[in-house]
Amino acid sequence: MTNKPNHYFLGINLIKLRKQIFSKTTSRGIIAVIVAVILWEICSRFKVPIIGMIPPPSAVIKALGALLVDTFYWESWVVSFKRVFLGFIVAQIVGIPLGLAMGIGRHFRDLTFPIIEIFRPIPPLAWVPTAVIFWPTPEMSITFVTFLGAFFTLVLNIMGGVKNVDIRYVRAAKSLGSSNGDIFWRIILPATFPSLFTGMTVGMGITWEVVVAAEMIASRSGLGFLTWRSYIAGDYPVIVIGMISIGVAGYLSSALIRFLGRRLTPWLKII
Amino acid sequence: MNHSHRPASLKDHPASGRISIRNVTKIYDPDGANVLALDNCSLEIEAGEFCVIVGPSGCGKTTLLNAIAGFHDISSGQIDLDGQPLCTANRMAEPGADRIVVFQQGALFPWYTVLENIVYGPEVQGKLSKAEARQQAEALLVQMGLQGIHHCYPHELSGGMKRRVEIARAMMNNPKVLLMDEPYRGMDALTKTVMHKHLLDVYDASKKTVFFITHDLEEAIFLGDRVYVMTTRPGKIKKVIHVDIPRPRDFRILSSGHYRKLKLEAIEAVHEEAKKAFEAGERELA
Repeated sequence: MTNKPNHYFLGINLIKLRKQIFSKTTSRGIIAVIVAVILWEICSRFKVPIIGMIPPPSAVIKALGALLVDTFYWESWVVSFKRVFLGFIVAQIVGIPLGLAMGIGRHFRDLTFPIIEIFRPIPPLAWVPTAVIFWPTPEMSITFVTFLGAFFTLVLNIMGGVKNVDIRYVRAAKSLGSSNGDIFWRIILPATFPSLFTGMTVGMGITWEVVVAAEMIASRSGLGFLTWRSYIAGDYPVIVIGMISIGVAGYLSSALIRFLGRRLTPWLKII
Repeated sequence: MNHSHRPASLKDHPASGRISIRNVTKIYDPDGANVLALDNCSLEIEAGEFCVIVGPSGCGKTTLLNAIAGFHDISSGQIDLDGQPLCTANRMAEPGADRIVVFQQGALFPWYTVLENIVYGPEVQGKLSKAEARQQAEALLVQMGLQGIHHCYPHELSGGMKRRVEIARAMMNNPKVLLMDEPYRGMDALTKTVMHKHLLDVYDASKKTVFFITHDLEEAIFLGDRVYVMTTRPGKIKKVIHVDIPRPRDFRILSSGHYRKLKLEAIEAVHEEAKKAFEAGERELA
């Protein structure tokens, strides 16, 4: 147990990874997706109500072939990712210190919490008109709205994380001769990591929801705009591609956060 | 036991670790309801004594420990450590590495490996360089039979192992007093006997003062030099039992007549208080 055995690569247990990839769970998942696609095709062909209105997978795949060589499609990915990550990163830069300060300082919490709680229930999309007015460029207003999507969840999760730090750890640290700085950096901060990553994962999901909607309203680029434009143009297979692309993009972003989370919290049991 | 090659980090603190608790009273005042937790509680703990406190739940055992550790204040009275005032009614004790607490549910930092936990004290106190601390910690782990787990995180260890690492973390600071708050609560009987043996080995080698809280009378008599039975709330010392069983002790004493006699004495005293506490609880509910 002292040294990690050689089936580790970049800290990932390769044996476990192989088992995960070739597991029954994975194969069931693949079967489920294939069955769903076949059912969808059948429903489309037989004009089943509601589902029959959606273009069949065969049409979607055909449209995808054309889209994969279209630079506009790939630019849409890049643009949306940029917006999401810019908003998300700014939310971390502002939200993490704020959440920590609110968790630690009682007076500070009493002063800031009511304001946060009033602004939090406002859906980020309700900010779009205001954002367009007070930010000089549309790009900045969209980034601002994505920022809001991640910000509140993050702040509240971190604040909660700090408040839930077990008093035993703080006492033990004091007993071992820690200064206040040691208690912050060595105890409170690492103890808050799990809540931080919960906040980041949830925040990332909201960020994608928000960016797509904001792109439909206030932008002429990105995956949200691509989907909306296809609707206006009556190009239904591309709507489906746009939707699935958004799903995949969101999944990839969350997977990245989960990966970072596991790297930074190696002490937590990995289930 | 042969003490001639005593390990460096388990060395003596000659004649230090004397705790004198004089007329300590503690009133908790949540919502204006004055709850008297400790009432004029006095006891003298000799340097190097293994002192065990037993008593019904809520009798103020942990309150006393927290006052010594510097986590709580007291309402009146005074606690001295080696003749120096540690805490008084107006002044809470400063938590410090001369009095290390081993907590009930354990408090190893989950985000640090075993080794990082053990070097934590010397590192934050700036007493040792990283390399020195590491070297000493590794030597200490070997002495305490804990080799080969340096790089484990606490969650990878069993409950008994965690507790041993926590004791190692405390000993790394060479404290005057070890404050233990029901450290073996909830462990199965078999694990407990292993833990007791381990603790007694550490104690016999280091002769630190130990302030040990428990509900388990068998454990109390087996480990302690003196067993203090506390009254039900408000807590004070009801009875002191001198355990004159020679050290080093092993499990065989558990079947001796003398041990059983002492245990019976303790059971009688505790039972009386537990009954009072139970009846008081019934009155409160009625």
